[in-house]
Amino acid sequence: MNRRDNDLQRVFGRRALMLGAAKLALFAGLAGRLYYLQVLESDKYTLLADENRISMRLLPPRRGRVLDRNGIELASNRRNYRVLIVAEQARNVDATLGALAELIQLDENQKQRVKREIERRRKFVPVVVAENLSWEDFAKVNLHSPDLPGVQMDVGETRDYPMADVFSHVVGYVGAVSEQEIGEDPLLELPGFRIGKSGVEKLFDGNLRGRAGHSQIEVNAFGRAIRELDRTDGQAGDDLVLTIDSEIQRYAMERLGEESGAAVVMDIHTGDVLALASNPGFDPNWFNVGITQAQWRMLNGDKHKPLTNKAVQGQYPPGSTFKMVVGLAALEAGAITADTRVFCPGHMELGNNTFHCWKKGGHGSMNLVQALEESCDVYFYEAARRIGVDKIAEMSRRLGLGEVTKIDLTGERRGLIPTRAWKQGALNQPWAQGETLVVGIGQGYVLSTPLQLAVMTARLANGGYNVTPRLVRNDGKLGPSPESRLAHQIYASANLKREHLDLALEGMIRVTSPPRGTAQGARITQPQFAMAGKTGSSQVRRISRLERETRVRKNEEKPWEERDHALFVAYAPIASPRYACAVIIEHGGSGAKAAAPVARDILLQTQLRDPSRKAPPPERPAGSTADRQARPAASESGG
Amino acid sequence: MRQARFHDRFNNPSLGRKLRDITWGLVLLITAIACVGFMQLYSAAGGDIDPWADRQMARFAVGLTIAVAIAVTDIRIWLRMAYLFYAVALVLLVAVELFGRIGMGAQRWLDLGVVHVQPSEIMKISIVLALARYFHGLNLEDVGRIRWLFVPLALVGAPVILVMKQPDLGTAMLLLMSSGAVFFYAGVRLWKFALVVAGGLASLPVAWNLLHDYQRKRVLTFLNPEQDPLGSGYHILQSKIALGSGGFTGKGILQGSQSHLSFLPEKQTDFIFTMFAEEHGLIGAMALIGLYILMLAYGYAIALRSRSQYGRLVAGGLTAMLFLYVFINIAMVSGVVPVVGVPLPLVSYGGTAMMTLLIGIGLLINVYVHRDVEIPRHMSSF
Repeated sequence: MNRRDNDLQRVFGRRALMLGAAKLALFAGLAGRLYYLQVLESDKYTLLADENRISMRLLPPRRGRVLDRNGIELASNRRNYRVLIVAEQARNVDATLGALAELIQLDENQKQRVKREIERRRKFVPVVVAENLSWEDFAKVNLHSPDLPGVQMDVGETRDYPMADVFSHVVGYVGAVSEQEIGEDPLLELPGFRIGKSGVEKLFDGNLRGRAGHSQIEVNAFGRAIRELDRTDGQAGDDLVLTIDSEIQRYAMERLGEESGAAVVMDIHTGDVLALASNPGFDPNWFNVGITQAQWRMLNGDKHKPLTNKAVQGQYPPGSTFKMVVGLAALEAGAITADTRVFCPGHMELGNNTFHCWKKGGHGSMNLVQALEESCDVYFYEAARRIGVDKIAEMSRRLGLGEVTKIDLTGERRGLIPTRAWKQGALNQPWAQGETLVVGIGQGYVLSTPLQLAVMTARLANGGYNVTPRLVRNDGKLGPSPESRLAHQIYASANLKREHLDLALEGMIRVTSPPRGTAQGARITQPQFAMAGKTGSSQVRRISRLERETRVRKNEEKPWEERDHALFVAYAPIASPRYACAVIIEHGGSGAKAAAPVARDILLQTQLRDPSRKAPPPERPAGSTADRQARPAASESGG
Repeated sequence: MRQARFHDRFNNPSLGRKLRDITWGLVLLITAIACVGFMQLYSAAGGDIDPWADRQMARFAVGLTIAVAIAVTDIRIWLRMAYLFYAVALVLLVAVELFGRIGMGAQRWLDLGVVHVQPSEIMKISIVLALARYFHGLNLEDVGRIRWLFVPLALVGAPVILVMKQPDLGTAMLLLMSSGAVFFYAGVRLWKFALVVAGGLASLPVAWNLLHDYQRKRVLTFLNPEQDPLGSGYHILQSKIALGSGGFTGKGILQGSQSHLSFLPEKQTDFIFTMFAEEHGLIGAMALIGLYILMLAYGYAIALRSRSQYGRLVAGGLTAMLFLYVFINIAMVSGVVPVVGVPLPLVSYGGTAMMTLLIGIGLLINVYVHRDVEIPRHMSSF
């Protein structure tokens, strides 16, 4: 028995030794494994642990503002009260959304969008439920937040357009980044980030956007932020100063009223665009907040085309406003002189065709100034016939027509100034002489934008210098541009003879003067603000022979879409020209009746706001007695 | 007379003597290990003894008292009760199969009204006792004969199959391997083990088909955790990151970013070693493993010192079980073996495991206290 027991003990001892050794070997293996993980691979795992716990968050920079020349905000940033939902924390997303819908406006579409977004993203990523809440709604949700599991509140920044539709086309708007727009800048992938989509918001997006900051946040496994470890602030975007005077712009928009049209005011010397109005506008805030389908359909379906910037994208036959160009071309070609007279019987025959003057009975004998004053068509048929279309085209280009002005806006159109070569190339047809006559009165193929017409007028009024329009103050400063600089100090000459220009300007002055001027009814009566101009009415539809034979319908009798466009180009003051203005009223009928009064009022407002009238003239010592007395008097006469 | 008194001194030691004979060094050692656990549970709760450390301390106190009580109870009583315990545990395992509660995707718990019982835990101890009692009755020649092995194989096979069915692969492995240790210590021929291992390897494809989906996934992700870092490989990967980023000296208590920011799963239970090693580094990990090795050394000393085969086999089997707990847990969290859900003895939070381990340690000390008791080869059961 004892021996047997000793056997068992011996076997046990031996085997205990074997197992013990094996266990020690296994422990040694574990120690080796831990040494490998904790010493040899430690750096790699430390990095991975940091990647786990440290989350880099982008801090969106504050977008630069857009200001008018006087520092008035056209686009700014305001607080954006948002409600977000974190799916992981909301045990039941439907229930939470339902509870939210009782507090704030939340329709079925929005709920669906939120749920789709939640499915796309990770469970702990907050999804925006509602933005741009009023403070009252925001406070209400905040109050009920204990009953709204998963709901987060946050105050961000959003773009604000305080002037709403007054600047819809110039300033443009921002919107969510689309797939195609995602590029180098990581900011663009930030949920809810906005970039410029049109206007200067788009063109100067790079300057306005700024640079992103970074925040290092310690997060837990669920992505919840625990604390901030480090932060580098971004750089806010630069403010953008426009040449626009928001008061003039607002006035121009108001004055266009219910009409569909455009108005441009520019400084004939500096090229500063003081107003660039296109009516109707739209509220750019809609696009920032997220436009609804109904709003989109409304904007797209409107026959007045609110989404189009008519001032640079609208192309219209210039009609009679083109007659200065034809006159100057004829003078330069030597085909006419100041004294050349043409008899207007009310029409002109060429081959088998008859070309009618707007005045059925005819104007009788006309020289250039009279022809401009009374807008005699026959005179310019004759002038055009004498020089041919290419000479007209050449003069047009010198005055800024038929090519883009390169203003800082997107989608600018170049208009069209036809030549023989153009017609051969584009239509593969030879030029017909009759077409030259039609071009002579700014009809036919001729197309121009309101901005081009303003540039043309400015070049006439500043003595023939190639002024180009500027929308953005490249010096970035507020206030008036350096006033002492006149066009001839900045721009190259268009090489027009002074006496030729004077004839054109004389004609324009007569237009707004009694007894015969076509726009005498729309003249500015204060002599120091007096305006010179030229009316234009451009046919939308060709008048048929049948209509000629029976009776030409009056504009008021036609449906809106078939009425003539009403145009007026002007400059003021006559004594010392400073501002050029072009107005077009789509389907407005007569230029004298529909467009000229608008131009008159805008130019008057512009002159009343002219800062040079308010500041003491720089040559004189400031604060002299005479000056102090003179100023109130001036503003009284202006009002 | 002298002889009788001598025998009596050995065979029926007084309570005072028994208490003196308790291996207080081992008690101190397991208390030290438990204290490491309290500290880590305090850290896991973000620097609070609530909700884990306080409860763990209470359980340890109760468990240690029970262990001491077990240790001073006559070893022959335990031997006589061994089959009874085994039978009860087996019945409970069947009951679990029939009425058990589902938890963590497996049927493990039995609700007895007052307490929730996990029969597989009772079985871990009972199987060692039952096998020790069986082999205690055999001499070496008998052990060498196949026909004497059918009964113990059945004793092991029944609970292993039941536990596998729950399914609880970790516990089944633990049962199988600690039973294997008892067979080994009892003197079963080595070639038979080789045969079993070979048979086991051959039947792997069959076993694969019997595994539950989640178990297969665990094995697959163990083999290649990086293939799905956000899915099921997440636990292993995060555990390795926590260990590795702990480095040589660790991040300091309460500073483990992986644990405290919830990247580490189950940080207070199965993955508590990871958290400990993240906060205390390789130095801390080695020190803790050192404590465990000391504990196992005590187990070996007790086994070798015992004069009865029963005592040797109980001590050897329980030591093997303790080793398996420690090894599987650490190997699992460091990505050496698949995640099977074995806690770290005395450190992981959990009442059932704590109780099982302290009962086991109580029985281990019991063997030492009764090291010189002569136990007849055949004793009746109660």
